Amino acid sequence: MPLLSGRLRVEPVAESLEERTPAETDRFVLRLYIAGQTPKCMRAFTNLKRICEEHLADRYRIEIIDLLQNPQLARGDQILAVPTLVRHLPEPVKKIIGDLSNTERVLVGLDLRPDLI
Amino acid sequence: MSRSEGALRKAPTGIRGLDDVTGGGLPVGRPTLVCGGPGSGKTLVALSFLVNGVRHFDEPGVLMTFEENAEDLACDVASLGFDLPELVASGKVIIDYVRIDRSEIEETGEYDLEGLFVRLEQAVRSVGAKRVVLDTIESLFSGLSNENILRAELRRLLRWLKDKELTAVITGERGRDTLTRQGLEEYISDAVILLDHRVHEELSTRRLRIVKYRGSHHGTNEYPFLIDHDGLSVLPVTALGLDHGAPTERVSSGVAPLDAMLGGRGFYRASTVLLSGSAGTGKTSLAASFVNAACARGERCLYFLLEESPQQIIRNMRSIGLDLEQWVGSGLLQMHADRPSRFGLEAHLAGMYRAIEQSSPQAVVVDSITDLMSAGERNSLRAMLVRLIDHLKTQAMTAIFTSLTPGGAELPDSNGGVSSLMDAWVLVSLEQRGLVLHRHIGVLKSRGMPHSNRVYEFTMTEKGIQVPASDAAALGPVES
Repeated sequence: MPLLSGRLRVEPVAESLEERTPAETDRFVLRLYIAGQTPKCMRAFTNLKRICEEHLADRYRIEIIDLLQNPQLARGDQILAVPTLVRHLPEPVKKIIGDLSNTERVLVGLDLRPDLI
Repeated sequence: MSRSEGALRKAPTGIRGLDDVTGGGLPVGRPTLVCGGPGSGKTLVALSFLVNGVRHFDEPGVLMTFEENAEDLACDVASLGFDLPELVASGKVIIDYVRIDRSEIEETGEYDLEGLFVRLEQAVRSVGAKRVVLDTIESLFSGLSNENILRAELRRLLRWLKDKELTAVITGERGRDTLTRQGLEEYISDAVILLDHRVHEELSTRRLRIVKYRGSHHGTNEYPFLIDHDGLSVLPVTALGLDHGAPTERVSSGVAPLDAMLGGRGFYRASTVLLSGSAGTGKTSLAASFVNAACARGERCLYFLLEESPQQIIRNMRSIGLDLEQWVGSGLLQMHADRPSRFGLEAHLAGMYRAIEQSSPQAVVVDSITDLMSAGERNSLRAMLVRLIDHLKTQAMTAIFTSLTPGGAELPDSNGGVSSLMDAWVLVSLEQRGLVLHRHIGVLKSRGMPHSNRVYEFTMTEKGIQVPASDAAALGPVES
């Protein structure tokens, strides 16, 4: 069985954006765009999961989109590079491209500088 | 596909003239680089290629634009007569607007541009595209910072386009010392077209040059090209060559004494005649007489006026007994009046080509080419007249060009270096004797026929242009 399906939600799975309660506005809704299970994409996923667990425990949701299976989704989020991590919430939308191997940069990109946590 | 070019197939661009200088269009299944400075018309060339592909050659297309958004783009090109939204709605064109905002992007670690490939493939598949335009892919370099990755991916993209056998146009912004800022020409080696937009003596001109076309012969000159409400056109509109026929039929000049000087039978049909003289010698009257005679024979005639309005000409010619208005009324005569400096030489000549194409006349008069000189450089005037004359000859049109000789400068070659292009050269001049100005007419040359070597005096009367009785005897008979 493939590790990642076409659109896999990674816990903690929250309700849809529309239903979220005010208390959840500090939640991070993240989308990771990949194209097949390449080493780069797998690295990005592993790195992301680790960073979220360390810095955003219980405050995040990751959605993984495999463009090989859902190519039509690339236009909506203006995806060019793979892997790309899109922070949908909190706003504004931010994008981090690459395998997320530099934790510092990822935290900067997510507005989660270590000194602020 | 022409036989001499083996297996290299070409995709016509549908741009007037461009398919002539490229010998049929762009290489099928290969990328072509179209580069030039800002405002040189790169995007319009690319879009014309795409839209014409759908409209005329049944080849759906994908536009991936890195520049403007789809609505702006549609507006811009609507002014050229392209209806992009309609083509998109019909499912023959797909536009993908790629936006890269560096301020919202952070880069960390390795990545590739698979997302771009996925989008392109999705678009190509959804319309069954044969043509692809990437405009302007170099914008990637300002959006993303890892140049090594970008270059490797660009190379992969071009290989991908070839593998898919897509005919692609990729636009690039001209660099300081290179054809494109990011050196795209290193990756795209099949065909490179360079556009240039320059202003010379306050007149703007656009030029196009084929820098490279692997495996194909192509024109190597800089060709003027135009963007107007009818879309794009590259001059020449027709291929260059000297294979036009040489009819032996003769046509009257409309002036009996002149016919007599030309062996009694006038000019050859489809020949090109230069009519030169200083101010006030009667060039326009002679030209109008030719027009009148052509219309009287039932020929369609196109009269380009660069100095006077049609109404002026009609009024003035009544004084020598010519009723041009009747021919305008019957539709045989069309007059086009324009000051050339309004548009520049290229635009003017393109307008002339278009008028010639539309009404396919048997006789054409341009009064005068001297006015064209004011609209451009001398060299380009000559080059363009060569093309115009070639075009007229291949269409078997008889043409008269008048030319103003500056006062005093009686002879060669004050006519923009064009007299050698002409089959016949008729000279008119003024001479003061006592208190009277006398007009003279002579045939300086007339290829392929015996002609008088004498200069005759002539007068303009209510009955037309006449030679005094004392001279008339010396003229030979006129065959009718």
